[in-house]
Order: sequence, then C-alpha cells, then structure tokens
Amino acid sequence: MAHLDGNVLGGALGELFAVDVTTALGQCASCGDRSVIARAMVYPDGPGFVARCSVCGEVILRLVRGGDQAWLDLRGISCLELTMPG
Amino acid sequence: MARAAVLGRLTWLVGTVTALRDETPTARTIALDVPGWRGHSAGQHVDIRLTAEDGYSAERSYSIASAPDGQRLELTIQRLDDGEVSPYLSEVLKVGDPLELRGPIGGWFVWDPDDPGPALLVAGGSGIVPLMAMIRARAQDGSAVPFRLVYSVRSPDQVIYGPELAERAAAGDGFSLTYVYTRTAPPGADRPAGRISAGVLAQAGWPPRQAPAVFVCGPTGYVEAVAGLLTGAGHDPGRIKTERFGPTGS
Repeated sequence: MAHLDGNVLGGALGELFAVDVTTALGQCASCGDRSVIARAMVYPDGPGFVARCSVCGEVILRLVRGGDQAWLDLRGISCLELTMPG
Repeated sequence: MARAAVLGRLTWLVGTVTALRDETPTARTIALDVPGWRGHSAGQHVDIRLTAEDGYSAERSYSIASAPDGQRLELTIQRLDDGEVSPYLSEVLKVGDPLELRGPIGGWFVWDPDDPGPALLVAGGSGIVPLMAMIRARAQDGSAVPFRLVYSVRSPDQVIYGPELAERAAAGDGFSLTYVYTRTAPPGADRPAGRISAGVLAQAGWPPRQAPAVFVCGPTGYVEAVAGLLTGAGHDPGRIKTERFGPTGS
C-alpha cells in the first residue's frame, strides 16, 4: 500500500512539541532500529496517522487530531533522541 | 546532518497574498507576506488551512518554493482535479486575500549549505517545488556546490519553472538539469519518452563514490522507484533523503 513518510507528521507534531520531532532519532520498541522519524512509513488512519518502522513495519506512533483534542500514542518508540537548539 | 531544531510550538499565522503567477495551465505560484514568519530553510513546507463559513476546515501541506526572504515566501500549487483545497488555491484565491498557514515544517528534508558534497536532486512532477527552493537558496547564497537536477514530467507542458531552470542551467555556475519525459517527449529530445531508469540517473547524476547528498521528491511510487534505483547502483541509503507526496498531504 502506498505510504507517505514522517515528513508529513511535522505540522501536527509541531503543534504539540517545542522541537522538531521529525528530525529526532526514534528507537523502534519492536525491533530496536534507530532511524530518523522522517523516514518512518506513514499511513493515513481516519482523522489521523499511523507511523510504522521502516525496518520491521511495526507501529511506532499513532496521532489523531480533532477539534481541540489531540491523541498521541508513542508506545512503539522506546526512546526518542532529539537535537536541542543551541 | 543535524540542524538545530526551532524551539517553540508551531502556531497558525495569517499571511496575505501579494502576487500570483501561473506556472503551467494547472500550477500557480502564490506569493505571501506573513507577519511573524520565523524564516525557513530550503526544503521545508507549510500547512495551509482553509475554513468555510460553516466552520468546516481542510488542511493540506505545500512545499515552500522560495529561498529564505524575511517574512516573504512562495508556494507553488499543482491543481488536482479531485482536490478539495488545490482548486481553490490555484484558481479562486486572489491578491490581497488572507491565507492561514503554519510553518516552517520539517528539518530533515533540507539542503545543508555547509555540506561540501555535490547534490543530486530528483523530482517527480510537482516534487520539483522543494527542490526549486534548494536551487534558489544555493544561488542566493552564491554557493559553488555542484547541483544536478533530474526532473521527470509527463510532457513538456507540465514543466514548472521551465524558463528559470533553463536560465540557471545556462549560468555556468555548477547547476545542471536533465529532463525525463515519461509520456510525451518534445521533438529533438535526447531520449524517447519513458520512465526514469538507472541509466538516466547514472548519466545525469553523480557516481556513488562522490557520495552526493540526494534529495528525491514526488509521488510515493516515483520516490520509491528512484530510491531503489540509486541504492541498487551503490548509493549509500543514508545519503538519500526522500519526501513523498500523496493524497493526504502535499
């Protein structure tokens, strides 16, 4: 199935986080792969997105944004390594 | 390549349309003036939000087409026949209208001017937009980093930025350009119409030993085909950055 990539999450994640998460390294909780979030395989899922590990395909992130609510499931990422602004 | 992230959540800004420019019969550039714009890097995008009188709103992502320029930026919108947002932006929006946007978004698919390596830019259709921002930023910086662009379009009338690309390629400052016409080639074209291939990328791009920074942008199928051809030819996957367009996004 055609998928997008983690770049498309930047706007929605940018509303929630003070730093750019798409450039962060995410460690997949399933296979341990550490890749930049922008490389994740992203699928639209109703009013939100599901992001999958580009190596093992397991879900690393789910994001739904509706009205004045946001739901973020990060169970699939065991560690997020972010570059802080200097 | 680690660029410092911008600190602070993204919030919606309101820009004003200052100019409109038709690029092709179905693509139009919108120039915006956005008070509060924090600047951007070439390759980044914005989210646009349209809100109807009944409160219904739709959001779409569009790549920034212009090099950094204070609080000014340009977007190039490709009209999709079944689009919910693009027909409005490419046909109805007029100079002086407000437009809600959020950005700049995406610090990964960004050209780093400090990367000394040559760059290979591969565009599928409207995937040319963020790569054009990189080409314009390179020129604005006076950079001598060699850039090669491979630009796939269905037919010559689909080319966005044609005259500007021709002018930049003729400038002799290290930028070169190769078109791949996938359905209809113009008379006198270097090769018959056909899909992008390993041969074209080898001829028009850089060999793997030069370790180019590679940026591929376009529809998902195109991006994946090109990334596969490049890694198959020996390019380091870690040096290939991709941005996929799709029905839910750009």
